[in-house]
Amino acid sequence: MPEAARQIIWRSLISFGGFLAVWQALVWITEVEPFILPGPLLVAKSLAGHLELIGGHAAITALEIVLGLLCGSGLGILSAISLSWFPNLRRWLLPILVVTQAIPVFALAPVLVLWLGYGLASKVMMASLIIFFPVTAAFLDGLRRTETGWLDLAHTMTAANPGAGRWAILRHIRIPAALPALASGLRVAAAVAPIGAVVGEWVGSSAGLGYLMLHANGRMQIDLLFAALFVLAAIAVAIYFTLDWLLRRLLPWQPDN
Amino acid sequence: MPAKNLEPSNELPSVGITLRGGNLSFADKPIFKDLDLDLPAGRTTCLLGPSGVGKSSLLRLMAGISPEATARVLSADDGGTITGRIAYMDQRDLLLPWLNVLDNITLGARLRGEAADRHRAMALLRHVGLDDVATARPAALSGGMRQRAALARTLMEDQPVVLMDEPFSAVDALTRLRLQDLAAELLVGRTILLVTHDPLEALRLGHQILVLSGEPASLGPALEPESLPPRPADDPALHSLAAGILRELAG
Repeated sequence: MPEAARQIIWRSLISFGGFLAVWQALVWITEVEPFILPGPLLVAKSLAGHLELIGGHAAITALEIVLGLLCGSGLGILSAISLSWFPNLRRWLLPILVVTQAIPVFALAPVLVLWLGYGLASKVMMASLIIFFPVTAAFLDGLRRTETGWLDLAHTMTAANPGAGRWAILRHIRIPAALPALASGLRVAAAVAPIGAVVGEWVGSSAGLGYLMLHANGRMQIDLLFAALFVLAAIAVAIYFTLDWLLRRLLPWQPDN
Repeated sequence: MPAKNLEPSNELPSVGITLRGGNLSFADKPIFKDLDLDLPAGRTTCLLGPSGVGKSSLLRLMAGISPEATARVLSADDGGTITGRIAYMDQRDLLLPWLNVLDNITLGARLRGEAADRHRAMALLRHVGLDDVATARPAALSGGMRQRAALARTLMEDQPVVLMDEPFSAVDALTRLRLQDLAAELLVGRTILLVTHDPLEALRLGHQILVLSGEPASLGPALEPESLPPRPADDPALHSLAAGILRELAG
């Protein structure tokens, strides 16, 4: 492991450990009731005691997040390519797409649960809806900002058959050139997808970490709530960094690498 | 090095290019108007001129990538069209950062859905001294190497007409001289328009040298040095001619 990476890991562990120590100290000093704010030791104990329960719910939430990421990103990629390929479609649809972003997606959650039920589908849809716009916007932006010099060169190379050339230029130049922009969109998507899944669970579900947290909150099991929250954060961070690592591996030529 | 691998294919006879009535204006201000230009077959025409006079626009008009400039007539002297018979080289190398050198120089074939001739590509890379970095990405190459790769990509297109827009302006002086020699050697027999701001470069490489100047811009009389290009960079006669051109450019 390179020295710089080792230093980052050490620094993160130390600052995280410091945060936990301050938290525990605060709980001891203020003697706050555990059902208001449990200390990290109590949360750890609860996590260890409910490992199977939390694990089962965590698997469902993780599945919702991953499926949401796949569906939302897939739809975002397809619509960005369509909008860039058909300028008329872009002129008609882009304003609508932007306006829909003014609607808080969370407000749609109850309707999605009504339409799609209490199961997986409504949460995947919720996460997809949240992801769709950042992915579409980032990729479309990338597709529209292709270096004009590359396009000029490609046009001279395909001048004899410009119709077939247009598709080839999209495939061989514009899409690859837009991949770093798409990667930025996907990173944003990975960061917001867990929010979509959990909000979906809060509004109506019978499983998942969001459901478990709501349930624990109602029963004053705040230590369990925090344990579930900790696992949720760990899942979100793991998904983000896995995606980030994957994107860096797939796009070694992008400028920030 | 089998030279026949690098020369224009036998099916590619030299063609001359005729441009009549070239027009370009920006915000109603004519840059050039009713401009005529002939590129003699198999010869190198160098185009000089002050910045903003429309040299690059004229070249882009001939390359078919200028949406603003128009021409009344743009044709080949064998009666055919010039569409699809042009290779273009820019002052930026325009290498795609995600492709390695070999894939970059065979880009044209891939865009046209043809099978790339990898043997010819490797032979070209050997000739421009890049065969050992064929699988490297452009980011790993120096400026001079990148421009050599761009030259190889231009040659790989194997077109009778080559349009070059200040192709060696972004590299250092020594690299530029070497690239000029390499280009002159590899592009022999093709019809070339080379836009440059360097009179010495024009005098080294051009069969005919034209100066575009004025408002709206027009072409001066062609200067045709007696000796054949590429001419040596240390030729004193060349330097005195270059000084004369510089005086003309300075107005």
